[in-house]
Amino acid sequence: MNDIKYNETNCTQRSNHYVKQLALWTFAWVASTALLRFGAEYIWDFKAAYSISALLLHLALGAAMIMVNVKHLSSLDELQRKITMDALGITLGVGMVVGIAYEQLEDIKLISFEPEISHLIMLMAFTYILSILIGNRKYQ
Amino acid sequence: MKNRLKVLRAERDWTQADLANALAVSRQTANAIEKGKFDPSLPLAFKIARLFNLTVEEIFIEDEQT
Repeated sequence: MNDIKYNETNCTQRSNHYVKQLALWTFAWVASTALLRFGAEYIWDFKAAYSISALLLHLALGAAMIMVNVKHLSSLDELQRKITMDALGITLGVGMVVGIAYEQLEDIKLISFEPEISHLIMLMAFTYILSILIGNRKYQ
Repeated sequence: MKNRLKVLRAERDWTQADLANALAVSRQTANAIEKGKFDPSLPLAFKIARLFNLTVEEIFIEDEQT
């Protein structure tokens, strides 16, 4: 085989490192969401100082998660970034269009319950995963 | 856009993983470029050309020219 110059850290290793980091920070953020929601009710009995501390922790972990996600995006190569950005664009569009329509369903008396933000987040998560799978399949 | 990557790679007895490593991209990206499913950016096209000691035009062929 002719000489070929290898990069010390290949693209996949670099990307995997940030995927692990992102999973770690996302887990911490989700845990802080649970602490914020249930801590006030079951641990510190709605004391404002504790709730504000938990809220600040939640926002700080959220900011860290966003920053790691930006690093993760910059660690991807150009095709992986295209697939991810396409998926994010589709997810944002679906979230906005379906979210606004869903929010109005109660106002126009098509549903009897109040629309929940968690339903929209589940839809966006499903859309993102599906878009990533389709994108990867397209360029296989 | 078509390209001669598969032939050039075979001439050097490189695998797709070798090519991907040399270009600092994933194997999926090297494969998609080779199959003409994904057109590389200009910097990546120049990097490929430098790797094979050829010009960009000697590797990538516009569809209208084929």
